[in-house]
Amino acid sequence: MALLSLDHARLRFGGIVALDDVSLEVADGSIVGLIGPNGAGKTTAFNAITRLYRLDSGDVVFDGRSLRRTRPSRVIRLGIARTFQNLELFPNLTVLENVLVGAHISTRLQREREQKRQALETLADVGIAEHAGRPASGLPYGTLKRVELARALASRPRMLLLDEPAGGLNHEEVDALVGLIRRLRDERKLTILLVEHHMRLVMQVCEHVHVLDFGRTIASGAPADVQRDPAVIQAYLGGEIAAA
Amino acid sequence: MRHRLPELGSLLAVAVLLSVLPFTLSDYNISLVAQVGIFFVAVLGLNILTGYTGQISIGHGAFMAIGGYTTAVMSRDHDTNLVVTMLMAFAICFVVGLLVGLPALRLSGVYLALATFALAVSVPQLPLKWSKFLGGSGGVQSHRTVTHLWLYGAAWIASAILFALAWLILRGRIGRAFRAARDSEIAAVASGIELPIYKTLAFGISAAYAGVAGALFVMGTNGFAQPSEFGVFLSLQLLVGAAVAGLGSLWGILAGAAFVGLLPTVSGSVPVIGSAHGRNVVFGAAVILVMLLLPEGFAGLLTRLRRLARA
Repeated sequence: MALLSLDHARLRFGGIVALDDVSLEVADGSIVGLIGPNGAGKTTAFNAITRLYRLDSGDVVFDGRSLRRTRPSRVIRLGIARTFQNLELFPNLTVLENVLVGAHISTRLQREREQKRQALETLADVGIAEHAGRPASGLPYGTLKRVELARALASRPRMLLLDEPAGGLNHEEVDALVGLIRRLRDERKLTILLVEHHMRLVMQVCEHVHVLDFGRTIASGAPADVQRDPAVIQAYLGGEIAAA
Repeated sequence: MRHRLPELGSLLAVAVLLSVLPFTLSDYNISLVAQVGIFFVAVLGLNILTGYTGQISIGHGAFMAIGGYTTAVMSRDHDTNLVVTMLMAFAICFVVGLLVGLPALRLSGVYLALATFALAVSVPQLPLKWSKFLGGSGGVQSHRTVTHLWLYGAAWIASAILFALAWLILRGRIGRAFRAARDSEIAAVASGIELPIYKTLAFGISAAYAGVAGALFVMGTNGFAQPSEFGVFLSLQLLVGAAVAGLGSLWGILAGAAFVGLLPTVSGSVPVIGSAHGRNVVFGAAVILVMLLLPEGFAGLLTRLRRLARA
């Protein structure tokens, strides 16, 4: 049963077709990778799902419900939380406060102390509790990625959209991230869709991979199959080499 | 609670100082410190908007005008208790602030600053348009006037109440939503923060504070509300006060208020360049100097000092 699906999604910016009839399904409880060369439309797909962009046609369906009329600020209330490719933190807030903002939708009637306790737990869960009191600006990139992750988790989402979670991380950090993503999915019963260039992470963590190129789906299937797909190889290596 | 001790301590010290001061100062100096209290309220209000939500306003003098005229007109026509007129100024300016905040949602940065600037220019012209009701360029004279000591007490009690209110609003969920909207709108929306609600709310609260300051301001000019008192310079003074205080913090407001409340008066008596005409030169020079030395205002200085003390 698909928790999230894009249904014939089309979106163009001026003359550029960013999403060209893209359909994809993310099964409940699965980890799905969305990959493709730069400019393939991956982040655009994320922005369409979270309603920052409005589709020209087609639909986003979450848990059997169309998001066509959902405001961007309501998306998280339905249970979809996200991270951003180039970090969208609140730099003047502390790490803890960033996570508290992530819990905004669930804290209306909660005591401040209880909110803080839960936020600290979330930080501990992603392994950065020791940075709680620091301002979010000026921490190492890998730590900031985790802050964003913790902020997304703080809303207790059902679905997590991770935009290049391994971006800027070294080998060891990527390996740790693989374990973390799996553990979060299992412990928090999450469904995860992730955009990633780091193929090792995709191959290790994803159960299904969806490949975009120039806004079109060119392959979709198990990681190992997709990796061997000639269309995918061509998209990544370029036409000339594949033709040679 | 222990990490709050320095804050509570300094608050207590300021409160004690302010309650002792009237017994030692001359009547004229009491009126000067009362003036600081009036600016305290206004700068605090502007800081909630500009410092916490990042919406720049060069138009808060307009809200002060509305608050001031509320007091003067209610006193003139109905002999309303002046404290009650302050509450009315708060309520009316809150609503006007919300109304101004709605179109402001579409603007940000320099464009918002310019739009609020238009407000600062145009609102003081309204009394000329409706001169029967608002007294024209001659102004409105309140029915009652107050002593300097009364004004001092009213200004600082209002400051204390509104400071506590601001602290309560800003310390938790709402304050974080304000600051989140300032730091990254896109992430704030993704976190479920309804930007229109929080941004207009900040406008309303901020304008309400300016309204109270305006009411006190009119009481401080012998109960006389006049268009020329609420010109663009007043709006700029408030913005300078907020910047000197340190945007996005409550702990430098006193310094910012003292800066804009006292300096225009004090700078007239600075040797060589200070005079009736030279005082704006001194004021300008002081602003430049403070901004160069304390780019994050007095609140930034306090943070730095605390870090030094801890290290």
